[in-house]
Amino acid sequence: MTTPAAASVRWRLRQPSVIPGFGLTLGFSLAYLTLIILIPLSGLLWRTASLSGSEFLSILTDERTLNALKVSFGTALAAAFINVVFGVIVAWVIVRYEFPGRRIIDAVVDLPFALPTAVAGIALAALYAPNGWIGRLLGYIGVKAAFNPTGIVIALVFIGLPFVVRTVQPVMEEIDREVEEAAATLGANRFQTVFRVLLPGLAPAILTGFSLAFARGVGEYGSVIFIAGNIPYVSEIAPLLIVIRLEEFNYAAATAIATIMLSIAFLMLLVINLIQAWSRRRYGHGA
Amino acid sequence: MEVRVSKIRKEFDRYPALHDVSLDIRSGELIALLGPSGSGKTTLLRLIAGLEQPTLGRIFFGTEDASLKTVQERHVGFVFQHYALFRHMTVAENIAFGLKVRPRGERPPKAEIRRRVEELLEMVQLSGLEKRYPNQLSGGQRQRVALARAMAIEPKVLLLDEPFGALDAKVRKELRRWLRAFHDRTGHTTIFVTHDQEEALELADRVVVMSQGRIEQVGSSDDVYDRPNSPFVFSFIGDSASLPVTVGEGAVRLRDVPLGIAPRGGDVRSGEGTLFFRPQDVTLVTDGGPALEGRVATSRRLAGTRIADLDIGTPADPHHVEIEVPLDADATAGTLIRFRPTRWKIFPAEG
Repeated sequence: MTTPAAASVRWRLRQPSVIPGFGLTLGFSLAYLTLIILIPLSGLLWRTASLSGSEFLSILTDERTLNALKVSFGTALAAAFINVVFGVIVAWVIVRYEFPGRRIIDAVVDLPFALPTAVAGIALAALYAPNGWIGRLLGYIGVKAAFNPTGIVIALVFIGLPFVVRTVQPVMEEIDREVEEAAATLGANRFQTVFRVLLPGLAPAILTGFSLAFARGVGEYGSVIFIAGNIPYVSEIAPLLIVIRLEEFNYAAATAIATIMLSIAFLMLLVINLIQAWSRRRYGHGA
Repeated sequence: MEVRVSKIRKEFDRYPALHDVSLDIRSGELIALLGPSGSGKTTLLRLIAGLEQPTLGRIFFGTEDASLKTVQERHVGFVFQHYALFRHMTVAENIAFGLKVRPRGERPPKAEIRRRVEELLEMVQLSGLEKRYPNQLSGGQRQRVALARAMAIEPKVLLLDEPFGALDAKVRKELRRWLRAFHDRTGHTTIFVTHDQEEALELADRVVVMSQGRIEQVGSSDDVYDRPNSPFVFSFIGDSASLPVTVGEGAVRLRDVPLGIAPRGGDVRSGEGTLFFRPQDVTLVTDGGPALEGRVATSRRLAGTRIADLDIGTPADPHHVEIEVPLDADATAGTLIRFRPTRWKIFPAEG
């Protein structure tokens, strides 16, 4: 039984539309998201809730937890920034130029998606370790690129690259040549055209790529643990700390760290999404 | 600023888009490049702007050889068919763009830029919309923003590529009149590309008719409509009918039947030719004298006139012509109509 008020609310949700199946698809989406995302996450919160406030606070303020979070979020941010710069360049090359091997480069970009992350981690560790091919060369100029946070960033750059390239590429393909020509006839040189016309137009896509690469980086485990060195307080990532706590059968602490990670990640993604929505409205991409 | 196009040839991957095209445009003129798609009109416009490089030939702005200059140095105002507005910029930012990207020494101060933008907005009648983004404007408004943006750099020449192509009929008519008034007020040398003959004839001082990478005719609206100099121009501009005829001994014949007209002016004097005339330039023949003869296939009322579609010729050699008939004449299907062109042109038969 529904009250008239409830009925009218429901009616407003269901705008008359020529596209059928709103009720069905929305119901399915909600059920699906609940099953796949919401129930596991609430399980996490429920587990955490078994801790008292002070216990939770002591885990949160624990030096090791704080450092692990700092490493996780710091390296993920750094890697996402690097990926934005180079991912945009890679996308540009793939979209803009015809050259032999372009298709191959296009396909190579997806490899980090397909490769088991542990394999990537081992390969990167072997290359960047002080006695590896690249690590040895970097050693000459005094750079240590494995078993420290730099190594983590390298692994996350590898993992996150396709996210940026694949989100920016289709938008870049749709850039109207006329827009660049218009800038040229107005006297803008190539540099001004790229930085004042093209990149601002790509900003929403770049931001999406950034947030995807960042989110992936925060949650990455497999590839990082091989190259990170996993030194507590220095190069230990939060997901690893969670596993360590699990192995100690300290489920409450593990879930607590997970909850904190989740909250921070959620907040950051929410902010990025809000910026997105704002810029979309402004530039009229979504409209 | 005069624009002189001198023996321009343009090839795309060895496929010629323009064959040795030359054209003199006087200062302050409003010129239309008219032709079907693939005629090379847009290529010619882009060459003048410097967006394409000619394979051969040169382009002069006044006495200066513009072919040696880049797009940026040519100072042309170019309005693109789909406006190409910067959608992340407001209307005001779009218009100011050309001034803001100037090197520091030549860039006007901020207040001056703002004043110019306001002035231009007023000129294109968009005052008050400077804070809007392009996606918040109608097609006609976007078109005028594009025009204001092009005018902001004080261009030597204004180039417009199918300026009204993407607008609906009513807005197109309004904007056409508005552009003419705008041109008369500012006096810029203006070249625009169009495939719409009505637009070209109404708007331009001179029309350049192009076909297959060549200029067919350059002239005023009257010239190209009343005195077309090639079969292409005759059939491309306005309605026309054409018939294969034989000319000889001062008479024009269709399958040995004299038509009652004699070659004159630049007509073919003897041999095979193609007779062109317009539907309204005919007179009905009722006295039994020599004339063209055809049976009405269909006829239709068109505002103040009636158009009859006539079958001329034999089943083995069928021809159709459309002519205007007086409203009181019998033009029901099957009626035999005899007529004679009053104005015509006979070009040599092709091939």
